Order: sequence, then C-alpha cells, then structure tokens
Amino acid sequence: MQAIYILWLRQIKRYLRSRSRIVGSLGQPALFLVALGFGFGPIFQKAGGGNYIDFLSPGVIAQGILFTAIFSGIELIWDRQFGFLKETLVAPVSRFEIMIGRTLGGATISTMQGIIVLILTLLLGFRPSLIYIPLAIFIMFLTALLFTSLGTAIASMLEDFQGFQLIMNFLVMPLFFLSGSLFPLSAAPEFLKIISAADPLSYCVDGLRFALIGVSHFGIITDLGVMGILTFIILVFGAYMFSKIQI
Amino acid sequence: MSDQNNANILEVFGLTKKFGEFTAVDNISFSVEKGEIFAFLGPNGAGKSTTIKMLTTLLLPTRGTMRINGYNPVKEQDNARKSFGIVFQDPSLDDELTVYENLEFHGILYKVSKDLRRKRMEELLKLVDLWERKDHLVKTFSGGMKRRLEIARGLLHHPKIFFLDEPTIGLDPQTRNQMWSYILDLNKKEGITIFFTTHYMEEAERIAQRIAIIDHGKIIAQGTSSSLEKQTKTNSLEEAFLSLTGREIREEEATASDHMRLRKAMFGGRKR
Ligand SMILES: Nc1ncnc2c1ncn2[C@@H]1O[C@H](COP(=O)(O)OP(=O)(O)OP(=O)(O)O)[C@@H](O)[C@H]1O
Ligand SMILES: [Mg+2]
Repeated sequence: MQAIYILWLRQIKRYLRSRSRIVGSLGQPALFLVALGFGFGPIFQKAGGGNYIDFLSPGVIAQGILFTAIFSGIELIWDRQFGFLKETLVAPVSRFEIMIGRTLGGATISTMQGIIVLILTLLLGFRPSLIYIPLAIFIMFLTALLFTSLGTAIASMLEDFQGFQLIMNFLVMPLFFLSGSLFPLSAAPEFLKIISAADPLSYCVDGLRFALIGVSHFGIITDLGVMGILTFIILVFGAYMFSKIQI
Repeated sequence: MSDQNNANILEVFGLTKKFGEFTAVDNISFSVEKGEIFAFLGPNGAGKSTTIKMLTTLLLPTRGTMRINGYNPVKEQDNARKSFGIVFQDPSLDDELTVYENLEFHGILYKVSKDLRRKRMEELLKLVDLWERKDHLVKTFSGGMKRRLEIARGLLHHPKIFFLDEPTIGLDPQTRNQMWSYILDLNKKEGITIFFTTHYMEEAERIAQRIAIIDHGKIIAQGTSSSLEKQTKTNSLEEAFLSLTGREIREEEATASDHMRLRKAMFGGRKR
C-alpha cells in the first residue's frame, strides 16, 4: 500500500512541478473550443444541432484527458532512458504494485487536467447541468485510468522514443477524431458509426455528454459497462507487459 | 538445488547471456560466501554489469542457474529482491525530485521504518556531504554529486548483500575513502556481503577479500589478490590483471557492439 502511495505521489509531484506542461496541454483544447466551437457553432445551430459549445465541450474534456493519460503512461520510456526505472524494478515490491501506483498517479493527473479543461470550457460559455458533476468526474477518472494503462502497456514494449510519433499519429489522433468528440454520431454515415463504436473514447465522450448535458448516443449503462470492462482488460494486459520488462 | 551450500549467499553455475548472436556472459560459475567482500574485475565490456543485472532480476539469463540468499532470481523474484541492495553503474535518480524525496522514495519502497529512515538519511547525507542541499532538485547537481547521492540512497536499507557496480566512478578521493570505510563498517558490524566492480586496481587490492577476473564473458581467474599475483608471477594486482587480460584496449569490441546496438535502435529493434 505504502509503495503504491509513494509511486502515486511521485507522479503528482512531477506533474505539479511542470507548470509548462499543465499550461501547454491546455493549448489544444482551447484551440478546439475557440476555432471549432465558435467557428462551427452558427452552422451547427442552423442545422438544428443545438448549442455547439455545449456539444463540443465534453469531447474536448475527453481529448484533454486522453492526451495527458497516454502521455503519462508513455512517460515510462523516459524513466527507462534516464535510468530511474531500474531503481523501482529492483525494489522488493511486486511489479503489479509498481504498475498500479504509476497508473493511478497518471490517472489522477489526467483527471485533474480534465477538470482544468472543464473550467476552461465554463469560461468559454459552456453551461452544463451541475447535478451530475460527480458522475462526470467519475467518468473522467475511468477514462484517465483506461488510457494511462494503455500508455503504460505500450511503453512497456518500447525501448525509446522511436515509436512515439507512430503512436501519436496512428493511435491517439484516430482515437480522438473518430470518437464523436467533434460531431454527433447519430447523424453520421453508417460506416463511420461502426468505426466510432469500436473506438473506446466514444464511450467516454458519450458518458461525459450524458453527465454534463443529458444527451447520450449509446446510453450511460453501455458507456460505463464498456469503459469498466475495457479498463480492467487493459490494466491486466498493461500489468503483464510491465512485469516482462527487462533492462 | 540440493547441493546448496548454506555458507554461500551467491551461487552461480553455468550462467550465460546472449544478445542475439553475441555472448556477453559465457558459461560462468562462481560463489560468494556470506559476509565476504568480493570484487568482480574485468576490462570494459567484459560482462560485469550484465552479470549483475541477471543476479538482480533485471535481465533474464539465456542459460544457467543462480541463487541469491537461497532464492532463484528468475522464479523467486520478490524474495531475491528482498535480499539485495544495489548501486548501479548508470544514473538511476529522479532528477525532478529533491535529494530528500529521492531517499524517502527509496526508504518507503524498501520498507525502512520512518524513524530509522530519517536517522540514516541524515547520517548518509552528512557522509556524502549533501545534507545542506537536501531540498535541492537533483537536476541542479553535478555528476559527482549525483553519484554521491546514488551511493547514499543505495546504503539506506541494509540488505543481506550489496551489489556496487563501479560505485566510486567519478568520485573524489575524499568521498571514495569515506564511502569505503562506511561500507567496510557495515560489512563488519552487520555482516553484509559486498559484491563490487571497479577499474581501480588498488581499490580492489585494498578492499576485496577475494577477486574474480572476467574477460570476454568468461571468468579467467579467481582468488585472493596475492594468489593472483603469485599465479602470474607479478608484484601487484594491476600487473596481474594486465598479464591475465592482455594489454590491448577493448575498444574494437566496444565499438562493434555499440554499432550493433545503435543499428538496432535505428531500425526500431528492441532488446527484451
Ligand atoms: N542490452 C544489450 N544489447 C546488446 N548488447 C549488450 C547489451 N547490454 C550489454 N551488451 C554488451 O554486452 C557486453 C558486456 O557488457 P557489460 O555492460 O556487462 O560490460 P561491463 O563488464 O560492465 O563493462 P564496463 O566496465 O564498461 O562497465 C558488451 O559488449 C556490451 O556491448
Ligand atoms: Mg559495467
């Protein structure tokens, strides 16, 4: 327990110390909100979609979490390259605990980042219903956990940053753009609906939308079910990959 | 193992590690007694660190058996890890944390009780002359200061056996002496076994009770410093070492395998 706590704490401390990272990772969500939110807003409204900022905000929050979470998982490669990973791997603590501590730390950071983006959206005119905020935060945390584990699992298989660009372009970007963060799935063509249904982030965004603006495509039960099961599977897979690391 | 000798804390038999076609450690066998101070010497690239990585559960062997404190580091990782402490040859600190936080992290991972932890942290930081800087971020330190911190951290918990992989590399003579007297004291008072590598022959001669010399992944000689001198008809460990391992510099191999590693990295290959 103590070991999980100290690994968690380390992630939090590193995050709080890197102000530039916190601010830097707000740039993208802000850009989406301003450029897409205000740019497309009028057309969206005219087409009968309602308030686009309201629609877009949950998607942008999910995006903020996705990027921070994958990144804090991938940070494992840093630890490997700077040598700190060795220090944790030889400690008399099971690799499972180490993986859990790290992942919880990364998930906490990503949730905090999500909350910061939420505040940003409020400043830009987002008006969610407030009663389901606890549910929203729970969904944010689940999202964070899911993608931090995914990042950790991937990083366990990589030696260096060679593959980083690949991950950004062929995993993170598609996860985001195909998730229905930016467009309503209900109005999308059939093939896109199928693709989006296979994108885990779709369920996160959908769940968030349910909690924040009361709109849902899959239904909240499906959202939570898919997220819960996937998080569990990827966490177990990540822990397995992590336990196989050699230096 | 049925022929387990209880006086030995380390038993290695037929240990081999291959990286692809390259054999870094080639069928080595040796043992270290409880409480012994054992030096593992060899030219660059001989296979010292690779052997230590296998003993400390960081790397799986290709072949061979190992026992550390009676446990198999491949199958009984958790028990093996409880038995040793290690100072790595390469950096292993968290630069974004302070001195104090790095030690605290280590102490908690190794379940050193709070009182003992605080007491030893002060003692060790004073030993390596970093006490005044305990709240500084490690990234602001010089190489030697980082090295001193790594040593302080390595000594924070008291295991059955310490692996010190070139612990004194980059340290000034003052710190080196103080570090060794502290470690010898631990060895005497608590019976902690010391397994170390170094390229300073006079250090090995002075500190080690027994020495193994490894070259090209093979152990080519073992014994006390004086028995190695006798065996090679030389007058110092340095001469004995040179006579056993030859005088040519090991650059060729080092660069050849470095190239291989670079190439692997460039083409996205990975060592697992
Ligand atoms: N992960 C790896 N992949 C490929 N080759 C490796 C790997 N690790 C080590 N080697 C090679 O194995 C050999 C032994 O390396 P090792 O680090 O054990 O040497 P060493 O005896 O510790 O040397 P030094 O005194 O320079 O620290 C070297 O030729 C090295 O290039
Ligand atoms: Mg070495």
